[in-house]
Amino acid sequence: MDDKAKQLVQQISEMQEEDAVKLAREMLDNGYDPVKLLGHCREAMEIVGKRYEEGEYFLPELMLAGEMLKAIGDMAKPLIKQDVAGAEAAGTVVIGTVQGDLHDIGKNIVTFMLEINGFRVIDLGIDVPIASFVESIKEHKPQVVGLSGFLTLAFDAMKKTVEAVKEADLRDSVKIMIGGGQVDETVKNYTGADAFGLNAMDAVSLCKRWVPA
Amino acid sequence: MSAGSVALTASVLYEQRLKRLMDAIELREPDRLPTILFSHFWVAHYCSMTCREAMYDYDRLAAALRKAVIDLEPDAFQPVHSLVALGPTMDILDYKQLEWPGHKGLAEDVGYQYLDAQYMGAEEYEDYVLDPTGFMLHKYMPRVAGALEPLSQLPEYPGVLHTRIIQSMEAYARPGVRRALETLIRAGEEMQNMRAVQARVIQELKDLGFPVASHGTSHAPFDVAADYLRGSKGAMLDLFRNKEKLLNLMDRLATLIPRAGIAAVKSVGGNMIFIPLHWGLDGFMSPKQFTTFFWPQFQRVLLTLIDAGIYPHVLWEGDCASRLDVIKDVPPGKCVYFFERTDMVKAKEALRGAVCIRGNVPASMLITGTPNEVREHCKRLFEVVGDGGGFILDAGVGVPDEAKPENVLAMYEVGKDCVY
Repeated sequence: MDDKAKQLVQQISEMQEEDAVKLAREMLDNGYDPVKLLGHCREAMEIVGKRYEEGEYFLPELMLAGEMLKAIGDMAKPLIKQDVAGAEAAGTVVIGTVQGDLHDIGKNIVTFMLEINGFRVIDLGIDVPIASFVESIKEHKPQVVGLSGFLTLAFDAMKKTVEAVKEADLRDSVKIMIGGGQVDETVKNYTGADAFGLNAMDAVSLCKRWVPA
Repeated sequence: MSAGSVALTASVLYEQRLKRLMDAIELREPDRLPTILFSHFWVAHYCSMTCREAMYDYDRLAAALRKAVIDLEPDAFQPVHSLVALGPTMDILDYKQLEWPGHKGLAEDVGYQYLDAQYMGAEEYEDYVLDPTGFMLHKYMPRVAGALEPLSQLPEYPGVLHTRIIQSMEAYARPGVRRALETLIRAGEEMQNMRAVQARVIQELKDLGFPVASHGTSHAPFDVAADYLRGSKGAMLDLFRNKEKLLNLMDRLATLIPRAGIAAVKSVGGNMIFIPLHWGLDGFMSPKQFTTFFWPQFQRVLLTLIDAGIYPHVLWEGDCASRLDVIKDVPPGKCVYFFERTDMVKAKEALRGAVCIRGNVPASMLITGTPNEVREHCKRLFEVVGDGGGFILDAGVGVPDEAKPENVLAMYEVGKDCVY
């Protein structure tokens, strides 16, 4: 990796937003290969993700890293002429906040962490009807389904969603993880999910365990 | 039994319950484990009301609270109307920050939910800090309530003086402003109706021997910035992009927030304030960010409230285990820390002799478990956390809306059996 690229990776991973975006702009203006540039961004994101896993970074850093990635991506992507086949996804995860619950911060962080760990994530949004999860499983054939919910009313919505997946004969094809708010082992058992997670790292670990590389 | 002796018994019970609660708060060993009933929609569900009905029918909600308190016999309760019975006033205001049951497609029987959004732009920090009241009146209220949009036309009074004050009266007769003022009066009348019902049920329960555990609500400065002004994304990015502006704004809030809290509590002659926290938990911020952006400003709020003779009940949402050594720095016996998921053994170790602990029967157990499980869990909590006093039994974030009645009854029964 050349010096500029090293500097870019460092600036992103050290949360130097202005410098990083400026340097990326400069590199692209000087004809730097946009595909390679996005590769460096991915590398920086891996460092950010690792620091989050290790308890050095927290949500504010993930949020800022996401912003930097978006800003640089918006500059680089229009310069990419041919369709570049990205790296093969590690696996597919369908995720959403269950019916009746409008909270999305936790779900978005899990989505972000799964994406920087190479998963393709289909994010169905908030207040997702049970039928939408079933349809999405049929369409995208994910290995993992993530049900998010902050409110206690989500316990029943999660349970009904798991039951609907079962009734559609799809239960054996997916692992189901739940998370958010007051979810714990008891709620996992109640809903019939395969596992629960307390944070975004738990979600990544579960997906890596269920979808071996 | 004559009416006189019933009243006497009730007043004796009232004093006993209040003493039990205060003994726990002030870190003395009470006669037995005190309990507080805090719920949003559970009392409504307990009496077969939907969330929608609870938000709109003041009298039925009062009857539900009354029944729940009589059946559970907690040592104190948090009034429920000011948390829940907001529907009619929100309709009048065309309120935007909440989504609530039966409104815009949300089902009739789910609780209301806050809509995380940016209500103040990053470029408006200076505006807010220069004149917080002006910002709230001219910009914030019009954004959060559709019916109050014309308030943006009100005069900028710091620059309108002497004869200009007299001339400025013209603004109040403009059609939009006139409509907004009429709406404010209607909303005010509606809120007075609600408050009257709440005051009535509080008095009825007092006459039956039950004290109130909360006379108002307050906030942490960072939560105000993140939840109510900048939105979660904006606030997190501001830790990097607008650090000094955010700190400056929170410095103002640390003075202004307790002023409002003290006024609310004193207006009802009370001495307890409830403070739910949203962004202080482990995992959201780093320990360094917590001690820069959250705790110093919030500690100032707590100390100001305590100086005014008010006991804060701080609801630390989520798991706050890594914060314990920092947050124990408050005057002993003046605060209650209400934990949702924090390990209570660790909390007791860290806070013994400093802060009374409240909580934290898990929502999952109250919703899906059995009365026996609940009883066993509560007894264990009493043995470990109740040691030496300084412990109030409650659910994690109060009784969850969907909790099974038999589990909730079991939880409050245990309190009576846990004798010191």
